[in-house]
This record gives sequence, C-alpha cells and structure tokens, in this order.
Amino acid sequence: MLKKNKIKIKLNGREISVNKGTNLGNLINKFKFPLSKIAIEKNNLIVEKKKISKILLRPNDKIEIVHFIGGG
Amino acid sequence: MIKKKDYFKISNKKFNSRLIVGTGKYKNFSECANAVKASGAEIVTVAVRRVNITDKKKPLLMDYLDPKKITYLPNTAGCFNSNDALRTLRLAREIGGWKLVKLEILGDKKTLLPDMIETLKSTEVLTKEGFKVMVYCNDDPLMAKKLEDVGAVAVMPLAAPIGSGLGIQNKINLHIIKQKIKIPLLVDAGIGQASDATIAMELGCDGVLVNTAIAKARNPIEMAKAMKFSVIAGRKSYLSGRMKMNLFGNASSPKKGII
Repeated sequence: MLKKNKIKIKLNGREISVNKGTNLGNLINKFKFPLSKIAIEKNNLIVEKKKISKILLRPNDKIEIVHFIGGG
Repeated sequence: MIKKKDYFKISNKKFNSRLIVGTGKYKNFSECANAVKASGAEIVTVAVRRVNITDKKKPLLMDYLDPKKITYLPNTAGCFNSNDALRTLRLAREIGGWKLVKLEILGDKKTLLPDMIETLKSTEVLTKEGFKVMVYCNDDPLMAKKLEDVGAVAVMPLAAPIGSGLGIQNKINLHIIKQKIKIPLLVDAGIGQASDATIAMELGCDGVLVNTAIAKARNPIEMAKAMKFSVIAGRKSYLSGRMKMNLFGNASSPKKGII
C-alpha cells in the first residue's frame, strides 16, 4: 500500500515512490546524478537542467535520465 | 604537393588526427581510455543510454575520457527509426551542448545495414535544428550526394557490416563517392585490421572510424597504435600520388655498365 504522503513515478522504466512535493531537483540529488553529465526527460519532453528545482513531480510521471556510455 | 599542415576539417573545426575511434566493446573504461590515447584520436564516438539507478557507484565514461580534452561524437547506435534517433541526439545535446553528432539509423538487426530513407529524413531535420551531422550510410554514391545536399557535414559509408571486420568490400564505390561530394568522407564500419584503414585512406577517404577492430584485437592498445600509423601512412600515400601501374617489369637498376 502506498502511504498517503507518497506518489508513484517511473524512473528509467522502474517504478519508484517519492514523497509528495518532491521536485525533479530533489530526485536528481537523491540519486547523486552529476548534473553536468546527464540529460533529463519528463513525460517524453526534454527538461532544461537549470529549471529542475521548479518542476514538481506528479503521480505517474515518467522520468528518463541518460548519460554517455561507450559506443561505436 | 603535400601541404605543410594537413588538417582534418569537419564543420570548420580542425583536427590533426584523421582517425576517429569508438568507445564500445572494451573490457573496461580504463582499457578504453588507454586505447584512445594510443590511437591519437581527437574524436571519440559515444552512445546515449539510461543511467544506472541501482548501482550509483558504477564508473562513468566521462571520468575516464575528459570531454574538454577530446571531442565527443554522440551517436544514435541502436536506433531503428527517425523518432528514436532524433530523441537520442536532442538528449545528447542537452547533456553538454554537443552539436557535432553521428547519425546512425539501422534497418535490420542481423546485418546492421542502415535504413537510408529514415537516415536522409533525419539528416535534414537535425541540420535544420542546428546539428552538425556526420552520417553513417551505405556506400552508395547517389545517396552520399543526397546527404550532402540536405546538409550533412560528413558522410560515413560502411566498408562492410558493423563489427564484421571484413574490410573494404567495394573500393570502387568509395572512390566514386569521393569524386561526387565536397564534404569529408570517412569509412565507418567494417575495418578489421590496420591495412584496411590504409586502403581506405589511399582511396581518398578523409578519415576512418574504428571501434571493434581495436577493442576486440588481442592487444587493443597495440592495435590502436597500428591504426594510428596506418591512417597516417594511407593519407601520405594518397597525397604523394602513387606510381603508374605497368603490366610488365621495369628494372630499378640501370642497364648501362652491366658487366
């Protein structure tokens, strides 16, 4: 059962629960993702990194966080 | 005549090395970084993927290859349609402002041959969005010209399927492409050993992109060095102008004074 003060979102395809009122900046900090090395999408739209602390997470938001890996 | 400094120019940016290396398939990032250093490459291709949310301590490519010191060329490896490729490159740009990108849209999982209809369409869209697009393509001279016409900054035809190591299968087409276009021509995919890279450069290619041939060599670091020298050798050979071919023998020593 989801607690009253929690919401469910999808992060990189995995369902996670976060506190109500969490913004995207809080989420990035929680996972310690280095902001200069990632890009973020919210519900299929690219998010400007400087605005993340103003973007509130809502139930069922789909967040994608990507970075560079080795490739040909 | 050989110019004093033979720079490799892509989209008005000058490079000394004509070898671009991929960063996939290495045992680890450390081996990858050492191979890149040994190759002398100034541009590396990289892929865009989800960050690992379960293992936060997993090393990052950027910790091993500093994007301030080496040019990252984000690619769309693994994309099979235009929408996915555009999404990937827009995200890549967002990571750090990259505009120089490698577009690669595959049409078939087995051969990894490019889907040129989707590729042409995407090249045009990306160019209009301000990207500088280097395009993985078939070794088709007419398609190469069309890519140039819609704004590609370089065409990168395959020499053979990606990761096959089969070497250059159609020298004639590469030669014709070189005659048809003004933008840089690089062989991407199919290089298996150093001599393949030399042949590509002798055909007039402006550069070569190598990944698997280095990463999957028994000794990747030494193969990276071999690739570096083979590209330099091929370029110098091309610029020097090869001798005329003769059907019959022509002695190198003078006949005069024979005892």
